[in-house]
Order: sequence, then structure tokens, then C-alpha cells
Amino acid sequence: MTPQLSEIWVYLAATPLLGLTITLLAYQAAFWLYQRSGMNPLLNPVLVAVSILVAVLLLTGTSYATYFDGAQFVHFLLGPATVALAVPLYAQFKRVKAMLLPVLAGLLAGSLTAAFSAIAIARLFGASLPTQLSLAPKSVTTPIAMGIAERIGGIPSLTAVLVIITGILGAVGGRYVFNLLRIDDPAIRGFAMGVASHGIGTARAFQVSEQSGAFAALAMGLNGALTALLLPLLLTLSGRLG
Amino acid sequence: MLAALTQLLIFQLLGEVLARALSLPVPGPVIGMLLLFTALTIRGKVSKDLQTTSQNLLQHLSLLFVPAGTGVMLHLHRVADEWLPLLLSVLLSTLATLVVTALVMKRLHGSVASADGERR
Repeated sequence: MTPQLSEIWVYLAATPLLGLTITLLAYQAAFWLYQRSGMNPLLNPVLVAVSILVAVLLLTGTSYATYFDGAQFVHFLLGPATVALAVPLYAQFKRVKAMLLPVLAGLLAGSLTAAFSAIAIARLFGASLPTQLSLAPKSVTTPIAMGIAERIGGIPSLTAVLVIITGILGAVGGRYVFNLLRIDDPAIRGFAMGVASHGIGTARAFQVSEQSGAFAALAMGLNGALTALLLPLLLTLSGRLG
Repeated sequence: MLAALTQLLIFQLLGEVLARALSLPVPGPVIGMLLLFTALTIRGKVSKDLQTTSQNLLQHLSLLFVPAGTGVMLHLHRVADEWLPLLLSVLLSTLATLVVTALVMKRLHGSVASADGERR
């Protein structure tokens, strides 16, 4: 009985099938929990699914490399999904033109604040340089953020986790911040949420209103593109100056 | 769906090639997104196929983050060693970003759209 079981395990551990299947299972379990909780942002499905998977992999002594052999098929879709962001971006373009100046100024100010305040605070409290650089793209949607981290000398997989935590914090805290500042325009609330907290903030904004969500989706796309263009250039420049 | 998926992959491929050929500091898929956005603007409409396919893909966007997020297990040490600067940086910087973005927009939008003199 036992040798047979271990033979099966040896077979399963060597195929990509297992990594792929447990990724889908963990995500669906996490999503079910999220819906059952009435979409409680603290039970974010990505956070819960990642926690389940890390626990399973550590308990079974499976390496991340083995797991990723299977999970890479899901991971690969981030590329085409990033390209697909052009479609909602295009759909919202007319509404943006009407608010062009506030949108562009808010985007630039928010994007720079997100990257450089993260680096400055981390540096102030003694984080290492790779950690600081992994934090810099934390407000950008994951596929873009990981690419930026790779370019600037951060650690892409650490960035992926920081991006998710940033998203959850913004989604939970946004409404309190906006109420405190007496910001009630749904377009502004949504856009600020998208700049600070990318897709997770966007999902939250869609729950509040259609307009809020549309501006959040737009902010997420624009901030991704702007940070990807600007951050590597600014860091190279500041490196040359310093 | 197949045609739209192929279209997305072609734009990603173009993006990757451009990013490498011109050694741009931007990930290939982002260039692909900008190229597709330009193409849609020129054509002036989105095909139904592309509309549904991208909607389906983006609907499950959070699933696509899971394999990368699981990579945190490689960095448990770093997270344990540097948890304080990580936590403070993510928390304070996210709040600062929300505040700065919203206030800049309110200031500019308010001065354009309304003259009722309401201030922060």
C-alpha cells in the first residue's frame, strides 16, 4: 500500500498537472470564502489562495520551482491580460477627455507619491536596497509591477506580494480617507483608488458605483503605463546624480 | 474567442519585440497594451469578439496573480527580517497616495467645474 502511494506521489510531483490543479482549487476555495463573507476585503481571494498554497507547499515539502512548473500556465496569461486592459481603457477614453487636466495631474502626483514615498519610508526604517526597489512599484497592477521590479533591481515575487497587500490596504481604507477629506465626487474617489490600489482597489470601487469603478480601472491602466515609463528613467537619473 | 486571443498574443509579441529591440525600460505587455489602444483608437471601435474575450480574461484577473504571489515562500526570511519597514512603507505610502491623488484632482476639478467656493 505505502510503496504504491509514494509511487503515485513521485509521479504527481513530477507533472505540471498538480501545480495547476491546486492553484485553481485554492483560488476557487478562496473566492467561495470571499463571497460567503459578503466580499469582506480582508478575505481578499488572492491573499487567501496564496496563504493556502504556501501552507500546502511547505507542509508537503514541495519546492516553489516544482509548483511553478504547473502554475506557469496560469501565470503566462498575465501577459495577454495586460494587453487586454487596452479595451476598458479605450471604452472610458471619452469620459476622461472631459476631465483631462485633473486626471493627468492627479495621475502624475499620485504615481510619484506612490513610488517615492514607499522608497523613502522603507529607507528611513532601514530596509535593504533590493527591498526598497521591490516596494517602488507596489501601487501598480501585478503584471506591470513585476516587470518594473525586474528592470530596476527589485525582487519580482516579493513585489507581487507587496502589490497585493497595497491593494487590500487601499480597498479597506479608501472610504475613510475620502470621507475625512470630504471628497464625494465618485470619479475622484474611484480614480484615487485605482492609482493607489490598482485592480483590488478597482474591484472595490465597482462595488460602490459604476462611475467610480470605471475611473478606477482607467487609473490602474494609466498608472501602470506611466510608472513603467517613468520609474526606471527617474531611478537611473537619480542614480547618476547621487 | 480564438481570433481575439490570437490578436492579444500578437500585440504582446509586438510589444516584447519592440521593448527588446529598442531596449525600452517598459515591460513588453505594457507596450502591447499601448499598441492595441492605438489600434483601437485608429479603427474607432472594438470587435465583439475582442470585447468578450478581454472581459473574460480581466474577470479572472486576480487568479492570475496567485502563482506569482505564492513566490513569497521564497522570501519568508526577508519578510520576517524587514517586516517593520515593509509594513510602514506599504501602509503610509498607500495612504499618502490616496490623499495626494484625491486632493490634487479635487483642487483642479473644483476650480473648473464649480464656483461655489467650497474648500477642503
